[in-house]
Amino acid sequence: MKKRIASAVLASAMAFCLAGCTGTAPAADKVQEAVNDVVESTVEEVKDQVEDVAETVSDVADEVAEEVADTTDDGVMTYQEYAEAALESEVTIVTYVQAHQSWWDGKLTVYTQDQDGGYFLYELPVTEEDAEKFVPGTKIKVTGYKSEWSGEIEITDATYEFVDDGDTFIAEPKDITDKLGTDDLINYMNQKVAFNGFTVVARPSGNAFDYKYDNSGSHDENSDLYFDVQDSMGNVYTFTVESYLCGNDSDVYAAVEGLNVGDVIDCEGFLYWYEGANPHITGLGVKTN
Amino acid sequence: MIALKKIAYAAAAFLACGLMLTGCHGSKEKSAFELPEQFDESKKIEIVFWAKNDTNKAQTDIYKKAADDFSKIYPNVTVNIRFYTDYGKIYNDVITNISTGTTPNVCITYPDHIATYLTGTNQVLALGDLIDDKRYGLGGSEVKFDAPTRDEVVTKYLDECRIGGALYAVPYMRSTEALYVNKTYVEKLGYELPDEITWDFIWEVADAATEKDESGNYKVSGQNVMIPFIYKSTDNMMIQMLRQKGAEYTTDYGKVLLFNDDTKGILLDIAEHVKKGSFSTFKISSYPANFLNAGQCIFAIDSTAGATWMGPQAPLSDICADDIESDIEVVVRKIPQMDPSDPKMISQGPSICIFNKDDPQEVLASWLFTQYLLSNDTQIAYAETEGYVPVTLKAQQSEEYKDYLARRGEDNDKYYYIKIDATKMLLDNIDKTFITPVFNGSASVRDAAGQLIENTTKSVRRSQTVDDEYVKKLYDDIEALYRLDQLGASIDPSNASKADLGPLPSGAKALIISLGAVWTLILLYLLYVEIKKRRTKKK
Repeated sequence: MKKRIASAVLASAMAFCLAGCTGTAPAADKVQEAVNDVVESTVEEVKDQVEDVAETVSDVADEVAEEVADTTDDGVMTYQEYAEAALESEVTIVTYVQAHQSWWDGKLTVYTQDQDGGYFLYELPVTEEDAEKFVPGTKIKVTGYKSEWSGEIEITDATYEFVDDGDTFIAEPKDITDKLGTDDLINYMNQKVAFNGFTVVARPSGNAFDYKYDNSGSHDENSDLYFDVQDSMGNVYTFTVESYLCGNDSDVYAAVEGLNVGDVIDCEGFLYWYEGANPHITGLGVKTN
Repeated sequence: MIALKKIAYAAAAFLACGLMLTGCHGSKEKSAFELPEQFDESKKIEIVFWAKNDTNKAQTDIYKKAADDFSKIYPNVTVNIRFYTDYGKIYNDVITNISTGTTPNVCITYPDHIATYLTGTNQVLALGDLIDDKRYGLGGSEVKFDAPTRDEVVTKYLDECRIGGALYAVPYMRSTEALYVNKTYVEKLGYELPDEITWDFIWEVADAATEKDESGNYKVSGQNVMIPFIYKSTDNMMIQMLRQKGAEYTTDYGKVLLFNDDTKGILLDIAEHVKKGSFSTFKISSYPANFLNAGQCIFAIDSTAGATWMGPQAPLSDICADDIESDIEVVVRKIPQMDPSDPKMISQGPSICIFNKDDPQEVLASWLFTQYLLSNDTQIAYAETEGYVPVTLKAQQSEEYKDYLARRGEDNDKYYYIKIDATKMLLDNIDKTFITPVFNGSASVRDAAGQLIENTTKSVRRSQTVDDEYVKKLYDDIEALYRLDQLGASIDPSNASKADLGPLPSGAKALIISLGAVWTLILLYLLYVEIKKRRTKKK
C-alpha cells in the first residue's frame, strides 16, 4: 500500500512539473496537449505497473502468511482441505467431540465436528482413563489417514491430543429432511443432522423395528435397532440405533422399541454411511400416531 | 487329660497345616466333574447357553427350537439362550465371567479360545471319558433322543477339539473358505476359468482387470470402481499360504515361527499387487460380497458360511437392488493353491464347550443338551442355513440331507446354488482341510498373521515403501503388539533345555516357602513328641 501511494504522488508531481512548463502560444497549446497526452498515458502506465507490483507483493505476502500459519498450526487442515484430500493420505485436523461409541479394547470410535463439517474417527487408540475425557464439545487435534469403508469417509490409524485452550463446540443438528434422496446428501456425511415428519413403515419382517436388520437379535443382547421411514415422496430409508452409541438403556433405544407402523416422527443423529446413507439415530420423538 | 491335650494340639497343628496347603490353591479352582449315577429328572435345572449365529434369523430360530425340543424330552431342564454374532465378544465375556464364576453352562466357541479358558483349573469340562460313557456318553443307553454315537461324529472334526491331547469340546458345524468368482469378467478378460485355481492365475487375472479406458473407467466392467481381488479373513490368507508353501507358522507347543522369510516373500508379493490396484481386504475396503455383486470385484474369498451373500441372486444382500450387476455369473471354487495337485484349505467353524459347575446334575444336563445339538434335527437344519457341513456322518449320510444337496438351484433361498456348491466343495475336500496348533495364545498368533497383511496393504496404499527393511520393522511391531515374544518358549519341549524361564513368580515363591514352613512345623512337632517320649521313658 505504501508503495502505491508513493507511486501516485510521484506521478502527480511529474504531471504538475510538465504542466508548469507550458506557454500561451497556439503552438505551445498543441505542445501542451501532446505533453498532456503523454503524461496521461505515462501516468496510466505507471499506475498499472504500480498496481501489478502491489498485487504481486500482496500475493507473496499472503503466501508467506499462509506458510507461517501452516508452520505454527502443524499442518492442521480446514474442513475444505480435508474434504479435498486424497483417500489414504495423511490428514491433520482440529475438531470437537460430539459423541462416541462405547470404549472397548483400548479403542474409541468418535463422532466429531467443527463449524464446517463432520469427521468420523474409527477406532482411535484411547486409554480407558482418557475415554472419559471425550465429552461433547471437547477440542482435539487428530492426525491419521483419510480412508473409506463401504462409502463411509473416516479417519483411521490416528493419534490425538487434547487442545486445552478453553474453546469448545457442540453442533446443532442441521435439518436435512429435504436432502434425503439427493446428491447433496453426501456433503453432510458424519454431521449431526435432523429429519422431521417421516412416517414409520413396516420392515420386510412386518415389524416396526428389528433388533439387528434381520430381527435375529434382542433387547437383552444390546442389538442394533433398525427401522424404516418414508418421506412425503414415498421414498423409504433405513435408520439405525447403533447400540454401541446408544445402548439398550438409552432413551432413544426405548423410543424406537415403542414405535408402531404409521407413527410420524422427528429424529436426529449422525449421518453415517454404509453402502448409502445410514443415519445413526440418537434422539427421536413421535409427533402423531 | 494330658493325652487329650496332646491329641488336641496334634489335631490343631495338622488342621493348620491343612489349611495352609488348601490356601495355596487359587480361588478359581473347581473340583473335577464326577458323572452322577443317574440323571435326576425330578430336579429343576436351568442351563445357560451362549450361542453364536451369523446374523441370520433362521439360525437363531433353530437354536430356540433345539432348546424347546430338548425341554420337551427333559421337562425338568430349561435352556436359556444368549445370542452372539461375534466369536470375539463371546471370548471376552467368557474371560470376564470366569473371574466372577458366572460362566455359561454351554458355549459355542473356537478351540483357540478354549485354550485360554483352560487357565482356570477344571473350568472347562474334559469330555474324554464322558463321550465314551455307555449310559450317558454319545448315543448312550440312557440318552432319551437319537444322538450320534462317537463313531458317527467325523473323527477329524472331533480331533480338532483336542487341546494338549485332551478333548475339551465337540464340533458343532464346519466350514472352510471358498473362492467366489465372477466368471463372466474372467472370460471377458480373455481367460478360461480352470477348475483348480492357482495363486499365479488369480494374480495374473486380477492385474489384468485393473486396465482402464480413456475416461478412467475399468475396461472389464465399464465402472469407476474395481477391486479385482478381495480377501475377507487375512489371518486365514496368511495361514493357508504358509501351509501351502510348507512354511513354518508355530510349533504344536506354541513357539511362534511366523516371522520368517517365507512370510516376508508372501508380504512383498502381495504388496506388488496392491500397488497395481489388484488387491484389498475386508478390513480396508468392505465386505467382498458387496463388491462382487456390484460387478466391482472378480475374486472374493470368504467363508463357505457366507455363501448366502454371494452372487447377484443371493438371498442376503447389503447393497441396493439398483447397484447389483445382475448379468454376471458367479461360481464357486476351492481357494487358490500353490500346488493344485495337493490342495490345502483351512477347517473352521464353531465348536461347543461345557463349563464345569458345582452341581454335577447341572453339568450332566449341559452335556445332554450338547448332544442334542449334534442330533440330526439340529445338525441338518443349521447346516442348511449356510454353507456349513454337519459334523456327524449320521447327518451327512441321511436321506434328508442328501435330498437337500440334490435340489441345488431349485430356488434362491433354501436351495440357493452357490450355498450348496460351497457346501459340496467342502464335503468333497474334508481330507484336504487342516487346523493350526491350539495353545494359550494361539488366537493372538492368528491375529498377528492377518495384521501383517493388513498393515502391508495399508502401507502400499499410503505410498509408503514396502521392502526388506519395512518387513523387518513390521515383524518387530506386530510381535510387540500381540506380545508374541512372551508365548510358547517355556512350554515347548524342543526348546526346554534352552529356555530361560526367568525368576520364579511371586505366587510360586510363596507356595514353596509355605510348603517348606509346613513341613518344618510337622518335623519339629514330631521331634518334640519323640523327645518328650524319651524323657518320659527315662523318668
